[in-house]
Amino acid sequence: MNPNDDAGHGPPGVSRRGVLGGGAAVAVAVPLLATGAEATPVADPASADLVTVKVKVNGKPVSVQVDPRVTLLDTLREGLELTGTKKGCDRGQCGACTVHVDGRRVLSCLTLAATVNEREITTIEGLARGDRLHPMQQAFIERDGLQCGFCTPGQIMSAVGMVHEGHANSDDEIRERMSGNICRCSCYPFIVEAIRDAQKVMR
Amino acid sequence: MRAYTFTQPRSVREALAHADAGAAFLAGGTTLVDLMKLDVMAPTRVVDINRLPLRGIKLDRDGLHIGALERMSDVAADRNVRRDYPMIAQALELSASAQLRNMASIGGNLLQRTRCGYFRDVTTGCNKREPGSGCPAMTGFNRTHAILGTSDACVATHPSDLAVALVALGTDVHLATAQGTRTVPLDTFYALPGSTPHVENVLRPGELVTGITVPRSMWAPHSVYLKIRDRQSYEFALASAAVAVEWRGRTINQARIAVGGVGTTPWRLPVVERALAGQLATADTFEAAVRTAADGARPLAHNAFKSALLRRTLVRAFTVLAQSR
Repeated sequence: MNPNDDAGHGPPGVSRRGVLGGGAAVAVAVPLLATGAEATPVADPASADLVTVKVKVNGKPVSVQVDPRVTLLDTLREGLELTGTKKGCDRGQCGACTVHVDGRRVLSCLTLAATVNEREITTIEGLARGDRLHPMQQAFIERDGLQCGFCTPGQIMSAVGMVHEGHANSDDEIRERMSGNICRCSCYPFIVEAIRDAQKVMR
Repeated sequence: MRAYTFTQPRSVREALAHADAGAAFLAGGTTLVDLMKLDVMAPTRVVDINRLPLRGIKLDRDGLHIGALERMSDVAADRNVRRDYPMIAQALELSASAQLRNMASIGGNLLQRTRCGYFRDVTTGCNKREPGSGCPAMTGFNRTHAILGTSDACVATHPSDLAVALVALGTDVHLATAQGTRTVPLDTFYALPGSTPHVENVLRPGELVTGITVPRSMWAPHSVYLKIRDRQSYEFALASAAVAVEWRGRTINQARIAVGGVGTTPWRLPVVERALAGQLATADTFEAAVRTAADGARPLAHNAFKSALLRRTLVRAFTVLAQSR
């Protein structure tokens, strides 16, 4: 696939995503078929009835047509080009894909996109207010709560969800309630410090 | 993932009408979507039941009524549950992760499938997944497998913490088909593997779990769920104990006990219950009562430690409960 074919479809300027993805950019109106999980044996796409899903993503109403097998994670990343949400294990075990649905932290890799009609989705891209970072994002930077950064969007979305749940009152509680987010660089001590800082500001 | 027809009914009646032979009900999706990706489950129709009115956490004279679609985190946070049925809240909060608890439903939790690695791996045989294809766990890696209720066909551990607490408390499960409704004690809901490990419960084809009722009792408010696992959090039980006691001073009037992580179903221990009845709550009483707890165990190459672990888990659960009396 020639990356140049993409010229004119995406926003101007070359993004890492554009280069890596080649011609993979999918316009929102285009049906999103079962992509993502590479091992997925895709049956004849024509045989699967598409489902129309109207959602608010980071405050913006969007309408997408999805194969009923497609996850919210793949819809965000492949269909809406919101690649901040990461695909780690794709099995509900690592937490990298954590987003908020109607304000609750959930795993987008185990959520079928077809089930979130008329819900509100918040991803890591929706946390900042303009140029002002969310207190949790700021705290992760200040406390150095990351190394490679792959788990970080999931960590931050999970941490914000936990503070809203009212369960970030001690280091032990933070560790217990964040156990669904794995960090293979093992930045856990700094993540706990970052959450402790941020929840004071968030209150 | 294989192709399926997707439907989103708005009523129980409509959902049941869609429940044909190849159909699967979808609630939180934390089991079904996972297993469809692995090709372990391949329904031809997925019925999204999340719009059904199977909600509510209500306490009345009969007990605690929970709609099948209530989420684990919401039940765990409920004030009545925490006050009158503490072991239910504890079993829920010791399950999975916060994100999974926000997604997974109570009905789905009762029906979640085993974590046996061979069941989840379609490149191996598994009598539960594919009847007659053998059980590699017998001679393979079986450290986390069951020691109680096993058969020559299957040694898969029942994964639910909640079901262990609910069995101990005498919970009823409410079921519906297009032909009508019925109520089954959770204790008799689950099937031992025997020679048919693919049959895990008494559900009929197309039958839907609509809710549960946990009766009021003198013991439920004095209950504890203790879970022992390889990690401190976000892990399935190696052994767990759900213990509820009706006290008369420092004497145990009556005890209700079920254990997890060791059985092919949530496992009641009536002999231990009887050994505790009428006894003073002392360390000697506890040690004596648990002597028979793992009787009948059939240990495998890597899980023989579970018999002793089970007895110690029970003693610690009794001790914690006696101290908090």
